[in-house]
Amino acid sequence: MKRVQFSRPLFPYLLLVPQLSIILIFFYWPAAEAIRSSFYLEDPFGFSSTYVGFENYHNAVTGSEYGNIARFTLVFTGLVAFFSLSLALLLAAKADAVIRGAKSYRIFLMWVYAVAPPVAGLMGILLFDQSLGPLTHLAEFFGWDLRLGVNYWDTATAMIVISVWKQVPINFIFFLAGLQSIPRSVREAAIIDDPSSVSRFFSITFPLLAPTAFFLLIINITYALFDTFGVIDIVLKGEPGNNPITLVYKVFLDGFRGNDLGGSSAQSVILMVLVLILTVFQFRFMERRVHYS
Amino acid sequence: MNLKSVLTASVFAFAGTAAFADKTEIEFWHAMGGRLGEVVNEIATDFNASQDDYTLVPVYKGNYEETLTAGIAAFRAGEQPDIIQVFDAGAATIIGAKGAVIPAQDLLTDNGIAFDANDYISGVRYFYADAAGKMVGMPFNSSTPILYYNEDALKKAGVSAPKTWEEFQSVTAPALKEAGYTPMAQSHLPWIFTENFMSRHNLPFATNENGYGDAETKILVNNDAIKGHFTALKGWIDDGLFGYYGTGWGDNQTPFEQGEVAMWLGSSGSFGGLSETAEFPFSATYLPYWEGVTTEPTNTFIGGAALFAMAGKSAEENKASAEFFRFLTSAEVQYTWHKETGYVPITNAAYDLAKEDGHYDRTPAAEVGIQQLTLPAGENTKGYRMGFYVQVRDVMNREYGKILSGEASVEDAFQTIEDESNKLLARFAKTQG
Repeated sequence: MKRVQFSRPLFPYLLLVPQLSIILIFFYWPAAEAIRSSFYLEDPFGFSSTYVGFENYHNAVTGSEYGNIARFTLVFTGLVAFFSLSLALLLAAKADAVIRGAKSYRIFLMWVYAVAPPVAGLMGILLFDQSLGPLTHLAEFFGWDLRLGVNYWDTATAMIVISVWKQVPINFIFFLAGLQSIPRSVREAAIIDDPSSVSRFFSITFPLLAPTAFFLLIINITYALFDTFGVIDIVLKGEPGNNPITLVYKVFLDGFRGNDLGGSSAQSVILMVLVLILTVFQFRFMERRVHYS
Repeated sequence: MNLKSVLTASVFAFAGTAAFADKTEIEFWHAMGGRLGEVVNEIATDFNASQDDYTLVPVYKGNYEETLTAGIAAFRAGEQPDIIQVFDAGAATIIGAKGAVIPAQDLLTDNGIAFDANDYISGVRYFYADAAGKMVGMPFNSSTPILYYNEDALKKAGVSAPKTWEEFQSVTAPALKEAGYTPMAQSHLPWIFTENFMSRHNLPFATNENGYGDAETKILVNNDAIKGHFTALKGWIDDGLFGYYGTGWGDNQTPFEQGEVAMWLGSSGSFGGLSETAEFPFSATYLPYWEGVTTEPTNTFIGGAALFAMAGKSAEENKASAEFFRFLTSAEVQYTWHKETGYVPITNAAYDLAKEDGHYDRTPAAEVGIQQLTLPAGENTKGYRMGFYVQVRDVMNREYGKILSGEASVEDAFQTIEDESNKLLARFAKTQG
């Protein structure tokens, strides 16, 4: 590859300044601030600040609920990522096969992406409302006394359904684009070799989709861990009670509802480390199995 | 609209700003949504019209927790409002932060406005005061939990509103269930069934004079009386004698408004809203008590919120805040506030005015809150002061939810509440050191 050489050596750095300053101001500075305040105990108004070492970390992880919340976060992330990906893949494979009215089908499946998470949450709590919700009535029909906000797992179900619904469209768009980029010749050759569409999908189509799927897996795990915040907040109406919450929501509760900045910062540093490990793991071990063409 | 009228309008608008320019503008952050927010705006308009020197700008900042958090963030950035509304559970946070607020009492006297604690009704006087009894927060929307009942439902079941929990359990609830109702619901377990449970039965809620003193504070929530109450509550729910619809306030109020639930424990401040939404005749009475715990039930705590004048403002703006407090506590404004919302009047003068005007002859239920606040007091009924209390309440809500859904035993849940609350209190004490 030919190296492009700028005549003035400072010029490329100048071009990077806007991007770098955004990263510094909005990512590194707050992260550094979080690490600093995780070692301090401060009164809410910031009049006094005492260095307490690792006490905030110790308090956070020994709290009676921390284990439960971490476990729920894991289950929640796993289920949301799995269902959003598999449903989207199913829909994309079906939409790819549709010839007549293909555009309308696609638009119907994609528009949900434009819905903001809090709005999705609001629609969700209307659907799952204890006395008026159609989905609650549907559950009742099957003999399930679904009570949003009262029963731990009922609330969890609602959170997962809403989060999945919100995430399927973006996955759908990517999967569909991936499917359509598979050359027609490959597909036709496969049809001759293997008449079963299911086994053809898993032996030919899916491996060719692997780069897309890997990218979406990372996106979906991040989504389930962090971006579902809006949905969770609306479903809980800001009052968690005995309902399930995720680790990110606990950071918010302790920091912005409870005004305990030190404890909240310590928890967010723990999350930062977890995300770092997760990312390294994903790129080290999983990307090896993915073949880019 | 054509160009000419746009120009004319902007000229008038500029003229308008010029005329207001020499007025001192103060900002007031509050948490009053819906009908309550409308009344706050009306009060602000009236205050601005009542004099020529100051303009009060009310800003709605979300619910109580959000308003407090916004105020704290603004204070740390040096952008705090002149006046902020802080709720009961946040009182320790803002009063504990020495230098964040100017005590209401000082604000008034420094600006030449007479202040006498005895003008305020007894239940209200000390909740937002410091250890020495100096009033720090100006009580604003003061409420207390009371029992609302659907008159039609009680008539149909042939019972009257219960005075004691024993009566509820053996007479009222079974009859209402027989008549096809869910007998009762409540909207706030920590407030109604914990804080005010203690006050109603004159039980200590925390060491160190319920947290008002200068010593170390530990919560005293793990006692037999309240554990008995929650054991009974769980039994009622299992027997269909009580409805629990989660932690949300509205989720528990709605079934009462829809006529499914016959009695509802809510805030005296819910009165105004209920008058508009309930389509059946309703009335109210005192919060029931356990005769087995006490035969001399005492008053309940004041709930709701108070206004705090934030520090770091110019003398001119402080004067404006003081004038607003004077306006707000006048008997006429208090009476209007009381009549429109159901929050209790905070001064004796306003209470007298409401009585003279015949307000309670027309709507007897409107007087229940203030009567309950002025019931005989005990040594444990003046209020409570605990730090990180928003989190303490969240712990209570979590553990109570577990009791009611059968995930935890009463014994274990209260042990957890006690342990976690004391941890939080110790942590808060450390931040104040």
